[in-house]
Amino acid sequence: MSELKKIATRESYGNALAELAPKYPDLVVLDADLAAATKTGIFKKSCPERFFDCGIAEANMMGVAAGLAAAGKTVFASSFAMFAAGRAFEVVRNSIGYPHLNVKIGATHAGISVGEDGATHQCCEDFALMQAIPGMVVISPADDVEARAAVEAAINYKGPVYLRFGRLAVPVFNDPKTYHFEMGKGVTLRNGSDLTIIATGLMVWEAVLAAEELAKEGISARVINIHTIKPLDRELVVKAAKETGKILTVEEHNVIGGLGSAVCSVVAEEAPCKVRKLGIQDVFGMSGPAAELLDKFGLTAKNIVVQAKELLG
Amino acid sequence: MDASTKLELQKTACRIRMGVIEGTFHAKSGHPGGSLSIADDLAYLYWKEMRVDPANPAWPDRDRFVLSKGHCVPALYAALALKGYFPWDEIKSLRHTGALLQGHPDMKHIPGIDMSTGSLGQGISAACGMALAGKLDQKDYRVYSILGDGEIEEGQVWEAAMFAAHYKLDNLCVIVDNNGLQIDGPVADVMSPYPIGDKFAAFGWHVITVDGHDFDQLEAAFHEAKTIQGKPVVLVQKSVKGKGVSFMENQVSWHGSAPNAEQYEIAMAELKAALAQLDAQ
Repeated sequence: MSELKKIATRESYGNALAELAPKYPDLVVLDADLAAATKTGIFKKSCPERFFDCGIAEANMMGVAAGLAAAGKTVFASSFAMFAAGRAFEVVRNSIGYPHLNVKIGATHAGISVGEDGATHQCCEDFALMQAIPGMVVISPADDVEARAAVEAAINYKGPVYLRFGRLAVPVFNDPKTYHFEMGKGVTLRNGSDLTIIATGLMVWEAVLAAEELAKEGISARVINIHTIKPLDRELVVKAAKETGKILTVEEHNVIGGLGSAVCSVVAEEAPCKVRKLGIQDVFGMSGPAAELLDKFGLTAKNIVVQAKELLG
Repeated sequence: MDASTKLELQKTACRIRMGVIEGTFHAKSGHPGGSLSIADDLAYLYWKEMRVDPANPAWPDRDRFVLSKGHCVPALYAALALKGYFPWDEIKSLRHTGALLQGHPDMKHIPGIDMSTGSLGQGISAACGMALAGKLDQKDYRVYSILGDGEIEEGQVWEAAMFAAHYKLDNLCVIVDNNGLQIDGPVADVMSPYPIGDKFAAFGWHVITVDGHDFDQLEAAFHEAKTIQGKPVVLVQKSVKGKGVSFMENQVSWHGSAPNAEQYEIAMAELKAALAQLDAQ
């Protein structure tokens, strides 16, 4: 498995925008002085006439995106997750969400894997903020193939979408030849009967690796990739709860208001079972290399194995 | 401007003011003061200036209007109803549960509303986006937006001001309604936005000062705005909060409170008398 190619999903995002530009003439991309980091710079290079830098002014950028969308454009507005979902939250809520405008928020550098920049830039609250906006779709792709497909799916969906991308290069495990992205549908990557590991974003591959380890010890773990946090694939979650009886959620997000919370609310209503939430335990991040931070905060295949065993008791 | 055109605009503005009183009275809430101060702007914009078609509110080539100071929507609803976007009677259910007319502009459901606004400072950004789209599509529509003088205390307004000048949005015309009052008192006392014109000029805008209740000046200003190339234009207009209703004029208490039955009768009687006087001319 170690030979898998690694690509950061922000890179996938920028590449997808550039590749899709000719196919979608109404596509317009905005950034807030982070084009080199969010990778919308790739689009800017190939399609400068449809790229607009808004400067370091995220609130205005979201409003401009709303106005462009109101005039018929399909708009991607990009910044780091902290500023796109955090700083500009109320503009996203009132100028984009309330009128249900066709704006896609391409948020990169999500989670603690931002690394050295530290807590001020490590947004672990974006799922919570964006999920709470009525009508907002929230997508968190797991690898390059999924991220690219998600970008095109977002373009073809008329309405606001929040897309979360990462800074860290992550293994490309999906096969572009066979992969099909369906908004709102979870993907069962591995069948299992003892418990289900439900993961999103860069934790999906860690969950797959953990399931392989668990299998060596005779534990059969189902692995579900939830790339669409909202609308959540309730059916798949309920089925997992009923069939495996125990669920471990894994996300690079605060355990409050993220994937784990969403899964809990579904199973509590439809198929009560024990759920353990692995994620950022309601604390701020810190500076450090991404891999070290992921290890420190327990977001590794190794810790998923530990948590799974504890959950099984 | 010829006398008959001016007279018609004055009558229209008077009817818009009646709509403001009607709406806020029936809603038992709302913002009559700042609505009354922009009635003349709306009369000029919708009857003289803007290219719109009430039968086709989503017409792609229409001029756009964004009421950035969204709480003053009673005046806009009155203007839109008079234009025929929806029946006048809708005004009587303004802010009622399940009614068409929301407390702040709602573009999803209300014909003629080009942008949902209400959270101050956001409308101007959307107006910038619309103006940019017009440039991108090489369309000749123009975008108009009215901001409050208190509203420009919002930092986002200045982000947008920088953006509009940077991208040379000369198809954007903003009106800052300087009626001098915000909820907590005179703008000069709460958080002075002055000098307003100099600030916009420093941000790269073409600035025109105007009396917001003088149709000759409004006409000259909007004409001048269309001649400006390479820069967005702002009309900084001196206006009277509560204009047209004697006991509301320049009274900060009428920023966000509705007339009771007695006040409603007095206000409507004043406006009806003003209209009768105009009709007699």
